Parts: sequence; C-alpha cells; structure tokens
Amino acid sequence: MPKVTFPRMGESYRCFKMLMNDLGNEVIIPPRPNKKTLDHGVRHSPEFACLPLKILTGTYIETCQMGAEIIVTSGGSGPCRAGLYGQLHQKILKSIGFPVDIIVFEAPKSHPIDFIRKVNRLNAGRLSYRAVWECIKRGWEKLKYLDDAEKMTHVARPREVNRGETTRVYREVLEWIDSAYTFKEIREAGEAALDTIRAVPQDSARQILKVGIVGEIYVLLEPASNLEMEETLGNLGVEVHRSMFLTGWTRDNTVKETSEHLSVKDAARPYIPLCIGGHGQETVGHTILYSKEGYDGVVQMAPFTCIPEIVARTILTRVSREHSIPVMTFFLDEQTGKAGMSTRVEAFVDLMRRKKALFKSSGARLMVN
Amino acid sequence: MRAYLGIDVGSVSTNIVVLHEEGEVLASLYIRTRGRPLEAILSGLAEVYGLIPPDTDICGAGSTGSGRYLAGVMIGADVIKNEITAHAVAASMYVPGVQAVLEIGGQDSKIIIMRSGIVTDFAMNTVCAAGTGSFLDQQASRLNIPITDFGELALSSAVPVRIAGRCTVFAESDMIHKQQMGYKLHDIINGLCEALVRNYLNNVGKGKEILSPVVFQGGVAANAGIKAAFERALKLPIIIPRHFGVMGAIGAAQLAREEVEKAGATRFKGFKVAGLPYRTSSFECGGCPNNCEIAEIYEEDKVIGRWGARCQRWDVM
Repeated sequence: MPKVTFPRMGESYRCFKMLMNDLGNEVIIPPRPNKKTLDHGVRHSPEFACLPLKILTGTYIETCQMGAEIIVTSGGSGPCRAGLYGQLHQKILKSIGFPVDIIVFEAPKSHPIDFIRKVNRLNAGRLSYRAVWECIKRGWEKLKYLDDAEKMTHVARPREVNRGETTRVYREVLEWIDSAYTFKEIREAGEAALDTIRAVPQDSARQILKVGIVGEIYVLLEPASNLEMEETLGNLGVEVHRSMFLTGWTRDNTVKETSEHLSVKDAARPYIPLCIGGHGQETVGHTILYSKEGYDGVVQMAPFTCIPEIVARTILTRVSREHSIPVMTFFLDEQTGKAGMSTRVEAFVDLMRRKKALFKSSGARLMVN
Repeated sequence: MRAYLGIDVGSVSTNIVVLHEEGEVLASLYIRTRGRPLEAILSGLAEVYGLIPPDTDICGAGSTGSGRYLAGVMIGADVIKNEITAHAVAASMYVPGVQAVLEIGGQDSKIIIMRSGIVTDFAMNTVCAAGTGSFLDQQASRLNIPITDFGELALSSAVPVRIAGRCTVFAESDMIHKQQMGYKLHDIINGLCEALVRNYLNNVGKGKEILSPVVFQGGVAANAGIKAAFERALKLPIIIPRHFGVMGAIGAAQLAREEVEKAGATRFKGFKVAGLPYRTSSFECGGCPNNCEIAEIYEEDKVIGRWGARCQRWDVM
C-alpha cells in the first residue's frame, strides 16, 4: 500500500485519514506543528517565505522520516505564492534526500480533468467511481461535524463555568467522531459530540464580547500556528466567529461560489474590487459584514510578509473608521513567545469592554477614531 | 495613610510607585531589570519600603509590564493588567481629556488613541526595535556620550542631517557614514531623533488620528530632542507628565485601587515578601510533541506560579 500524507490544518486530518485509507492507502498522520517542525521548516525553506510554507516543509520532513511516499496538498487560487508551494516543496524535499511524490489538487471548478486524474492516482484500491464518490461523501460528512464541533466550542468556551472544561470535552468528543466510520456512525457520533459540548455548564449572566476572526487560511485553521488565538480569546470571555472553515472554503472552490461568499465579495467591492490573491478581499469583506452584524471587534491574523493580507491590513484602517469597528492585526512568524500577543489581546478586550459599557450607559453609538 | 502600590516590570526597567489615595505619588523608583526581574522586584520593594512614611497602609497592589504575572503572584496583586490599559489610565489621571498617548520604553513603543476617556485604538511596534529606547542607549554608548546629555545635544543642532530610520542597521550605517564625512555630532544626534520619530509615526502611529492633548511618556520622554522632534512632526504641543518614567506603575496602582473598591479587600502580601526566598526553575513538559517550556516560581518551597504551558496540564499548583 502506498504511504500517503497531507498537511495538517486543525482537526481536518481526521477526515482525510479516513478518505485516504478508504482509497487503499496507508496514512502517515502529520504530527501537530511543534518546535521540531519549525526547526526543520526554518532550516530548509527560503528565509523570506511565509510561515505556512515553513510549517509545511517541517511537517513534510517529519512525515517523510516516518516513511511517507506521497504527499497530497492543495494548490492556490489567485495571485498568491502559496499556489507554487507544492512544486517548491517537491524541489526542497528532493534536494535533501526525500524523493517523494507531491500531488497538488487545484480547484475542481477550474481544473475538472486534472482533478479526476489525481483522484485516480490516489485510488490505490481501484475502487469504482461510484465507490470513490461514496467515500468522498462520507469524508465530507465527517469534516462537517468536525467543523461544527469546533464552532460549538467557540460559543461554549467564553461562557463555561469551569475554566478549561470546553477544551477538555472537545478533545474527548473529537475521538468519537474520529472512530466513526459508516454514515450512520458518523451522524450519531457527531450529534452526540455536539450535545456533549452544548452540555458544558455555562454562566448565562456573563457579559460576552463577540469578535470575528479574519485572515489567511492556514494560520486561521491551524491553532498551533496562531498561538491558539481562539482559545486565548475564549478564556477572556470572548465568543469568536471565524470567517473561514475548510467546509466553507471547499464549497466556494469546488462547484460554484456560495451566496455567502458572494456577499462577502460584494461588501469588499468599494475597497477591493478584484481578487488580490490569498484572502485579502475576504478579509476586508468579512470585517464589514461583522460590523453590520454588531460584532464588538475583529482580529486579523496573517503570516508575516503575506502580501494580500498586508494590502488588506492597510485598507482595514479605513474600514475600521468608516464602519466603526475596532480591528487588531497579528502578523505571525516563528515566534513561540506568547507574552507580546497576550498583552495586545488583553488590551484589545479591555478596549472593547469599555467601549461596550460606555455605549450601554450613554445609549449612543460611539464613533471610533 | 492609605496608599496603593503599582509595579511595572519591563524588559529594561522595573518601576515601583506608591500612590497616595489622593493621587499624589509618595514614592517612585526606576531601576534596571538587567534580565533578572525577580531580583529587581525584591530589591525594588525593599528600597521603596524605606522611602515611604512608616504609617503608610498599602490598601491595594497592581502589576503591569511584560513581567506582570511574575510580579503579580509574588506580591499578591489585586489586579494584573496589560501595559496599554495601565498607561492609558495613568495618562488620563494627569491630563483629563487626553486624546493621544505616545509611549516609548526600552524594548517597545506604543501609541494609544483615546476619546472621552476611553481607549478607542492602540498599536505597538511589532517587528522592529528602531523606535525604542534600547537603540538610543546603544548609540549613546557607541558615541561615548551619557544618554542623559543626548536630548540637550540634539537641541543645540542648527543643521539637519538626514538619518534613515526604518531599521537600526540602516540608521547606524547612515550615522557612521555621516560622522566619517565630518558632520557635527549634535547634528547627527538631532538627525537620529528625527529619524526615530519618523519611524514611530510611520510604523506604530500609521493611520491613527493624533489630536491634542498629546501626552508623551515612557523612559524616552526624558529626551528633549525627541520631544522637540515630535512637536515639529505633529505640529502639536507635547505634554510630558511629571512622572513620565513610571506612568505604567502609576496606572497599575490606580487600577488596583478601582479593583479593591469593588472587591472590598486587598490580597497584597505586604512588604515582607522582599525578605522571602524566591527562586525560579524551568523544564520541558514532554507530555505531547509540543514540548512546552514550563517556567515555575517558588516562594520558599511552594510553587506559586507557572507559565508557558499551552494546555491545562500544569494549571494546578
């Protein structure tokens, strides 16, 4: 059986693991990005590359050492260098003695034939198209539950009575979803997981702030790359809403864009009328929508040197003023010290709390800036 | 007499303030942290104890700065607050209605925008140390002039010399180039002040609306050259509060006062902590591939604080 691996993005690996297994591959599970991953990644990547490239280089090296022969990843859409990372990684890995195969999936809506050809290459068990489709559907079901469970923790964490309980319960229920296989099992495990997170004791009297999270997809989806921003905010009594999940992104890039994505682009249009690569346009669009929905603030996260997010950040200054919503930006790199980040996050939460309290007492909408 | 204690443990300096309940500063101390915050806190506390009247009753204590958690568990702080909030609170105490706080310390610089007494926006330097006190310190010692004379020298300059301000490496090579070409020292120093201010306004202050009254605080506010450069760049008068160097600690003391008024009693352990043995240690967790570096602080033989874990495993003391 060919040994297959893929990048790690949050908990999504649980779905890809099942899918690749079903197609007749042995799966090497990528380890959670850690200090060793970063060491490998920084050593073997171009110095000016962004954090996602470095983390992936590190992850690939770790999985190659564990015996991986094929790496499956996705390409990029629009002008962002991440679109070239698959090819670049192949060259890097070859030059340091890992002649692995990298299969880069481009968006099926623009590359349908290429997509089918690549699925065939991974179909080691020679399943029929129909059977492959069944496997993808089951994987999709699992991914949806994984995303829903994560969303549920974002609501539960700031309200939990016992600090840390949501995270503990979440870790536990992930394993239930993980071990479910048939459609029925996945649904049962998924529903049970959601119910269990919902049942974490909550303090309903607590004053909760709502913050939207925008930015580049990798640093948004992999908590190890963003110093666990969502958990940090949750522990400070902030309910976060992340603008991007793998299920949502896949929907927008497989068949046709969802109406939700179109309204994000519409919102961004006065500021960024076209795709500038990465998620620059979405970052601006989501920020405006969050303001309209009455959120207390927005946190933008991006890899250091990420051009689309740098463009978005500059525009967000104006968006923040015109839509009176506080925005804070974090550029992430290989730093693992959390002190600087927690100072800023705490100050940002203070800012939003005081603003909210003043707004409540005066009854008028406060103009920021 | 009732008073409140504030400690600001920064990367370069540790500042301690005792604030009278009427808002007057009874004692203030500015000492170097020298990479050993624990010792700085202990010796600072002992020194402050000697400075205050014997009948002073500490009714609350607060800590801020990058070492705030360490200081907080050591003294039994009622409030442990980030520096941005602490600086904003202190600035409003001395200049009610302040709309912009410029703060330049040893390792970081920040801007806080306030409207009607609340913080509406803030920023800190992220990737560059060019606009901070450490860089000025380093240049002063390279030129072999005391940092205290830096500002006055800049003010005596008549000819502007342009120094690149984006990066300390660029700035230093520009300074050396101009010095070898024969420019006068005070003109180069003035050029450096202008470069620092330009970098600060472009990097930290980018896109922020800076309105009067503007308060300038932090250790670098002692530098008259920088103050003058800010006034020229912003075309606004700059107010430097009397206790500009210890504003973070004043803010922490004030926040402690607000907290104690709510909570009713203080958790402050008293100045006796200055005599207790404290030590720190660290280890790698090893519980998962993340291998968090855990730091611990012991008071006598008891663990009173732990940092660095990314999960709850080490939360129970």
